[in-house]
Amino acid sequence: MSFFLEVLIGGLLSGVMYSLVALGFVLIYKASGVLNFAQGGMVFFAALTYVGLLEFDLSPWLAIPITLVVMVILGLLTERIVLRPLVNQPQITLFMATIGLAFFVEGLAQMMWGANVRALDLGLQDEPIAWVSDHLNMMISKFDLTAAGVAALLVTGLALFFSRTRIGRALRAVADDHQAALAVGIPLQQIWGIVWGVAGFLALVAGLLWGARNGVQFALTFVALKALPVLILGGFESVPGAIVGGLIIGATEKLAEVYFGPLVGGGIEGWFPYMLALVFLLVRPEGIFGEKIIRRI
Amino acid sequence: MQSTATTATTTAKYLSVNNIEVIYDHVILVLKGVSLEVPEGRIVALLGANGAGKSTTLKAISNLLAAERGDVTKGTIEFKGARVDKLTTNDLVRMGVCQVMEGRHCFAHLTVEENLLTGAFTRRESRAATAQALERVYHYFPRLKTRRSSLAGYTSGGEQQMTAVGRALMARPTMILLDEPSMGLAPQIVEEIFEIVRDLNGKERVSFLLAEQNTTIALRYADYGYILENGRVVMDGEAKALGANEDVKEFYLGLSSAGRRSFRDVKHYRRRKRWLS
Repeated sequence: MSFFLEVLIGGLLSGVMYSLVALGFVLIYKASGVLNFAQGGMVFFAALTYVGLLEFDLSPWLAIPITLVVMVILGLLTERIVLRPLVNQPQITLFMATIGLAFFVEGLAQMMWGANVRALDLGLQDEPIAWVSDHLNMMISKFDLTAAGVAALLVTGLALFFSRTRIGRALRAVADDHQAALAVGIPLQQIWGIVWGVAGFLALVAGLLWGARNGVQFALTFVALKALPVLILGGFESVPGAIVGGLIIGATEKLAEVYFGPLVGGGIEGWFPYMLALVFLLVRPEGIFGEKIIRRI
Repeated sequence: MQSTATTATTTAKYLSVNNIEVIYDHVILVLKGVSLEVPEGRIVALLGANGAGKSTTLKAISNLLAAERGDVTKGTIEFKGARVDKLTTNDLVRMGVCQVMEGRHCFAHLTVEENLLTGAFTRRESRAATAQALERVYHYFPRLKTRRSSLAGYTSGGEQQMTAVGRALMARPTMILLDEPSMGLAPQIVEEIFEIVRDLNGKERVSFLLAEQNTTIALRYADYGYILENGRVVMDGEAKALGANEDVKEFYLGLSSAGRRSFRDVKHYRRRKRWLS
């Protein structure tokens, strides 16, 4: 039983790491109705910039704010150069633009800082918490627990932001109908500027945590692909959905790996989330917390 | 062309559109020199068939054109004596000019109340003031109060139109550009909405520029009317005079002094106009 719990908790905590990436997607999707394919690239860009700055012997306390500024500027530039000229265009156009953006951001990051793999040390050890392993006989990673704490904080903040504040409401309005939002006097540019700035910040947080865990390398961009099943499960426009989706994906993939893996020779973890997402698409395409698809007849 | 625009010229200039030309996508000429005026505290109707340029005129004023790749290439637009044709929609809403778009355009995934609250975006006022503005909208649209917490996407067409008008009211405009409020609504609901327009106009002196295809009802509630065809104003006058005009009766109201006639015999007004252009 304690082994089951250990796997479950380990899974849930690693799921939170997916949620962190998924949040970036949700934010952009909620505010512009666009799946930002470049989110993975932004995560990579943030991590690489941070590590690159450290190589100049900057202290982390200086490097983090600088990276944040760089990410916000990147977000604002994206809005200005890529999205502003595409206001009121079909969503597929915007989506294609973000694919282009993804390649650009990934290329730019490697051009600036080089393509070799680097280690990122946040001073958080990925080791079991002594108290828990002594008393409950379980291995719970300190690193994972901290990451979960950070994610919980971000989610609460974002959920309140979207539902309670004037800007948050405006963001949701913009996602529903660009033109009507313009008509009531919501300045689209300003709103998108805010959103891309915040998305840059989320990319930084995800980049730091994922970079610390897996090393800063090009493969970080693939983390974004793991966020897709999370989004499909939770719903693309739901902040709590990103967390719940992440928890479900994390827990089920680890449990499936441990309990069913041996039956089929292992390697379930890689494809199990996608299969789960596929089943969800058949049964509940809008996700658990996603907005219902409203159709008037 | 009739020009009995006595009241329009004697009252103070409020909103005036002077000979504007609008081009979409750099090639499609939609408005070919439209001029009109809305005096303060009046309801002015902009009439005409599909594609005549009614919506484009309204969007040129509210400057929603930019988002549709449209551009005002000639002419000027003035509000309270100042040129506004280079301002953004956001600026205009702050100045008190607010457009209610054709086809309602409610935010489907926001509740009715949240929809209304987005209308107050430009006002940055205290919670109490916003609550007061909400109450005012609910006073005019009591039905919205009962539906306040349902998603706008699930409400009826009439309720959505009310939400759209109410949302504009939240910005406390003095000039509302109302585009096709009757579209797809039951006659009774249309009547209800026009009554509220008249109420707002009478009690709060909100001016309206009203684009409508439903000429009968528009002329009944408006003070003055302009008729657009192919991007030009072909006729204007007091609403009563327009309603009595033989041509208008024949082409827009479907009435004729000679009783019912076969459509084959109707000399098309538009065709006659083409000669002039």
